[in-house]
Amino acid sequence: MPVIEQDGRPVWKRRTSAQQWGRWFAWLIGVAIVVYSWQLISEKTIWFFVADAPTQAADMAERMIPPKWSYMEELWLPVWDTINIATLGTLIALVLAFPIAFCAARNTSPHPVVRSVALFVIVSSRSINSLIWALMLVAIIGPGVFAGVIAIGLRSIGFCAKLLYEAIEEIDETQVEAITATGATGPQRLAYGIVPQILPAFAGIAVFRWDINIRESTVLGLVGAGGIGLQLNSSISSLAWTQVSLILLVILATGAVSEWVSAKVRHAII
Amino acid sequence: MSDLSQTYPRSWKKPPLIASAWLRRGLWLGAAIYLALALGTMEVNWGRVMEGLPRGAAFLGAFFPPDFVTRWDSILDGILESIWMTVIATVAGIALSVPVGLGAAKNLAPMPVYLFCRAIVAVSRTFPEVILAIFAVKLFGFGPFAGFLALSIATVGFFAKLLAEDIENMDPKQAEAIRATGASWFQWINYAVQPQVMPRMIGLSMYRLDINFRESAVVGIVGGGGIGATLLTAFDRYEFDSAAAILLVIIGIVMVLEYLSGYLRRWVQ
Repeated sequence: MPVIEQDGRPVWKRRTSAQQWGRWFAWLIGVAIVVYSWQLISEKTIWFFVADAPTQAADMAERMIPPKWSYMEELWLPVWDTINIATLGTLIALVLAFPIAFCAARNTSPHPVVRSVALFVIVSSRSINSLIWALMLVAIIGPGVFAGVIAIGLRSIGFCAKLLYEAIEEIDETQVEAITATGATGPQRLAYGIVPQILPAFAGIAVFRWDINIRESTVLGLVGAGGIGLQLNSSISSLAWTQVSLILLVILATGAVSEWVSAKVRHAII
Repeated sequence: MSDLSQTYPRSWKKPPLIASAWLRRGLWLGAAIYLALALGTMEVNWGRVMEGLPRGAAFLGAFFPPDFVTRWDSILDGILESIWMTVIATVAGIALSVPVGLGAAKNLAPMPVYLFCRAIVAVSRTFPEVILAIFAVKLFGFGPFAGFLALSIATVGFFAKLLAEDIENMDPKQAEAIRATGASWFQWINYAVQPQVMPRMIGLSMYRLDINFRESAVVGIVGGGGIGATLLTAFDRYEFDSAAAILLVIIGIVMVLEYLSGYLRRWVQ
């Protein structure tokens, strides 16, 4: 932290002037990018609609209240489907993520080539949203709950495998060494040296991902992959706003319950 | 010696994770019943699945090689729109979440402000980006503006919450030291709070940029502009080779962003 002479008195400054200029320049570039993006976006915006939005919002809110409670009868099955999509999808993801994580962890990977393949699988699964996975699967295996389950599964592999392989890389090697010293074979070393160490992390990841998947599976129906999103989509297209508000409330409640459950379970495990 | 070999067991079994046998069996039984019910109510049209498998193979085949050329103009257009939307939504979202985050920190804000800001965070966190985008499209019309709004709102919920938690966990000694110099409230924020939370916040904003880019691919599906619309069109026309190209572009950009954010985080810390 430099002290600069100013009018014969030392003045404390946080940065040197070179640093100050550097920061100023970085800010300039940043602001320029933002302004440029804003221009591009605003070119493609019809501002009349934006100005009109508050009236529209008030209008929509008026049509949404009160929620049509009697519609709830038709929602129980979609809610059940939504929960199943999330749970079964998470199960598939966990089963598949386990070997992938062992291939991707630096200390357990059988070969560098295997490791880079596993890392690529993880990145691709993570960078494609579950809705896009669902879009693909609906085109391939047809609409329905099954497509949703597979979509959630494929999407969650990357997340689970990534967190899991980070946990594997952080294990205590001395325990593995102790197991090796007893004359354990490779699989035994895995089962008694490594798995017990990552089991708490594994359980935490499973519950955490299940919570996220409940949220994600509520919208999968928008592209036809089953669950409550299907009802949301059809209610919006038929402008049945009182049904829409009820569905939104149900989605909210499902999310809150899943968060509560996952917090409880995580508390019990860790 | 012969006593020893009799009293000490020669074999060992791993103790079960859950000690109570009844609870263990109950959990297994519950899981089995749930699985049976879930699989029982799931309607799988295997005929349709079998019919789709060749299509799935065709789709996988489309990755070798993907077709970047035929639809390159619309891909480029969509990707650029997604990127601009991501940038501006991240910046606007973070700018909005700084005051909200300061207000939502218990050790900084008075009770009414705290409750108000926490309410904002809770509301913007409740719905997934896609649902926000549906309503933004309904209210503000088709196009990237709706996507921008949806992503900004989601960013506020994410960023303000983490910022508030980080401020609540900061070291109070440094804050007290700055306060003891007679600093005003803004100076206090600037010199005591900001340096403590900044490194993590820079990392998080890169992370959020990454998330926003991924989500921008999705808001397009419901009409919020960006690459999602192009992708949806490609799927609707069964142009799998173009769709594969789009997916590869998305994966590529996400990888670059992830690498950049990792680099930036190391540089900051």
